[in-house]
Amino acid sequence: MDTRLIIVAPLLLPLLTAALCALLWQRPRLQRWISVASAFLLLATSVVLLRQTSSGKILASQMGHWPAPFGISIVIDTFSAIMLAITGVMAIAVTVYSLGPGRARRDHAGFHPMLHALLLGVCGSFMTGDIFNLYVWFEVMIIASFGLLVLDRTAQQIDGGIRYVMLNLIGTTFFLIAVGLLYGLTGTLNLADLARMTPHVEQRGLLATAGVLLLVSFGAKAAVFPVFNWLPASYHTASMPVAAIFAALLTKVGVYAILRVYTLLFAHDTSFFGPLFAFLAISTMVVGVLGAAAHYDIRKILSFHIISQIGYMLVGVALMTPLAIAGSILYIVHHIIVKANLFLVAGAIHTRSGSYWLARLGGLWRTAPLLGILFLIPALSLAGMPPLSGFWGKFAVIRASLEVNAYWLAGAALVVSLLTLFSMIKIWNEAFWKAQPVEPAPRPTTRVQQAATYAPIVVLAAITLTIGLHTEPFARISLAAAHQLLDRDGYIAAVLHSGNDQAGHSPDSSAVARLIEEDPTQ
Amino acid sequence: MNVLLAVAIGVVVAVGVYLFLSRDLARMLLGFMLFSTATNLLLLLVGRIGPITPALIEEPATTLAESAANSLPQALILTAIVIGFGMTAFTLILALVAYRRFQTLDADALNVAESIDPPVLSNDEKGTRS
Repeated sequence: MDTRLIIVAPLLLPLLTAALCALLWQRPRLQRWISVASAFLLLATSVVLLRQTSSGKILASQMGHWPAPFGISIVIDTFSAIMLAITGVMAIAVTVYSLGPGRARRDHAGFHPMLHALLLGVCGSFMTGDIFNLYVWFEVMIIASFGLLVLDRTAQQIDGGIRYVMLNLIGTTFFLIAVGLLYGLTGTLNLADLARMTPHVEQRGLLATAGVLLLVSFGAKAAVFPVFNWLPASYHTASMPVAAIFAALLTKVGVYAILRVYTLLFAHDTSFFGPLFAFLAISTMVVGVLGAAAHYDIRKILSFHIISQIGYMLVGVALMTPLAIAGSILYIVHHIIVKANLFLVAGAIHTRSGSYWLARLGGLWRTAPLLGILFLIPALSLAGMPPLSGFWGKFAVIRASLEVNAYWLAGAALVVSLLTLFSMIKIWNEAFWKAQPVEPAPRPTTRVQQAATYAPIVVLAAITLTIGLHTEPFARISLAAAHQLLDRDGYIAAVLHSGNDQAGHSPDSSAVARLIEEDPTQ
Repeated sequence: MNVLLAVAIGVVVAVGVYLFLSRDLARMLLGFMLFSTATNLLLLLVGRIGPITPALIEEPATTLAESAANSLPQALILTAIVIGFGMTAFTLILALVAYRRFQTLDADALNVAESIDPPVLSNDEKGTRS
C-alpha cells in the first residue's frame, strides 16, 4: 500500500466513521457495527505504522505536497506510533464496552459519531508536526469531549460539563497565545523548524514566556497541579464508556504534547524547566493521591488517581535522560490500559449493584469473584505491585531519578505508590469484602451485553499481565522512542528533508528546501 | 501602531480576565469571548504590522513582493475565529440548558456534581440514594 495513505489512515478512519455514523443517526445498529469495525481498522493501521517506525525511521508526509515548513507536516516517530497503537486498543475496548447496558440511550444521543470525532482529535494530536495544527486537533478533541461528557444531559453532567468546558476553553486560549508568541519570535510554526530556531532566538525572556504559557495549557489538558480542578469536578459525571476513554486518552494527549514540545523546543533550557517539572511532578502525584484517599465514590477515587499518575509521567521531562523518558512512555502505555480498565470495572460494578458509592456496595467477592479478580489485576498494577505492568513503569521512573540523585522525586514516587495501594485496598475492602449493606439494585442485562462488558475488561487485564510478565519488548521500544525524542537533529532532518523525496510532485519543493538551507534564521 | 495595538490587547485581556473571574456564567462567557478576541489580535500583531501592500501576486511575478503583508497570521486568525465561534456557541447552549435546569447562572449555586459521599451510610439513606 502507498505509505502516504497509511500515514494518514489514522486520521481518515475516524473522520469517515464519524461522518458515516452521523449520517446513519437513525440506524443505531448499523452505527455500532461501523464503529467497532473502524476501531479494529484503526488498531491494524497503527500496528503497521508501529512496525514501520520501530526500526528508528521517522515517517513524515507533507499535506498537499507543500514542502515543510510551509505545508502541514504529518510526522510519525516511534513515540507517536506507540500512542496511536494504544489509542487503537482503547478504541476497540470502548466501542465494544459501549454495546453493554445503557447503549440505547447513548446511541440515541450520538455516542458513536462523537467518540470517533474524539479519536480523530487524539490521533491528529499524536501525528501532527505543526504546532498550530496541534492546537486545531486539541480543539477538535475537546469539542467532541464536551458533547460526550454531557451525553445523558443529567443535572450532574451539565454542572460538571460547565466546569470542564470553562477551564478547558481558557487552557486552549493560552495555547493559542503561546503559538502566536512562538510565531512572532521565529516566523515558523512547523515543530521541526521551530526546534531548529529556538536555540538561536535572542529574546530568551519571550521564549520562556511562550514555554510557560504552553506549560499552563498542556498542564490544564493533562491535569497537572495546580490546574487539575476540572478533572475531578467532571469525570465522575460522565457515563462509563465515556469516562473510560477520557481517563485513557485525554490527559495523555496533554502529556504527549508536553513530552513532544519540551524535548523538541526547550531541551536546551533544562536549567529552568527541569526543576519546574520536578516540582510539578511531585505536587501532582501527592495532591492527586490525597484527593483519592479522601473520597468514597469509586469514580472520584479513580479520577483523582488519574491526576496522581500524571505526576509519574512528568518525571521524564523533569530529568530529560533517556531512561527517564523511556520510563514516562512505558508509564503512559501502562496507565492508559490500567486506568481505562478500572473505569470499565467500575461500570460493571455499577451494573451489578446499582451504585458507585462505596458505602452502598459490598459482598461482591461472594457474588462476583471473577469481577474481583478482574478488579485486582489493574488495581494492583496501578499501585505498582510486581509483576504487573505498573511495577516496571515505576521501576524505570524511580531508577532514572536515583541515577541523577533526584532523591526527592524517587521518594515521592514511592510514598505515592503506597497511598495508591491504600485507596485501591479501600475499594477492595468496601466493595468486595465487607458484607452487603443494602439490597443491590442490579440493572437487567442480556447475555450479549454481559459479554460486551466483560470482554474488554478481560483483554485489558491480559495486556496488563503481558506487559508485566514479558516486559522486554515494551521496555525496548520505549527506550528506542526515548532516544528518538532526545535526538532533535534526527527529527529535524526527517521532517524538513522529507519534501525532497516527493520533488516530482511539486516542482518548487527542492528550490524551497534550498532556500531553507541557505537562510537558517529567515 | 504596534505599541498602540499592544496596549489595546492588554486592555481587552484585562477586561476579559476581570469578567471571567465573575461568578455569573454569562459574564464568564463574555470574558472568554473578549479573551479570545484579544488572542486573535495578538496573532495579527505577531505577524508584524506596517505600511505594506496586500498579499497578492501581480501577473508577471511568481512570488510575493518584499513589501507584501504577511498573510499567514490572517489565515491563523480565521481558523481561530471559526474555532472560537464553535466553542462559544456550544458554551452558550450549555449555559442555557443549565439555566433552564437550575434556574440560576450563579457558579456558586451550581454544585450538583460536587456532592460529597460520606464513608458510611446513615440510617435514612439506606433506601434512598444510589
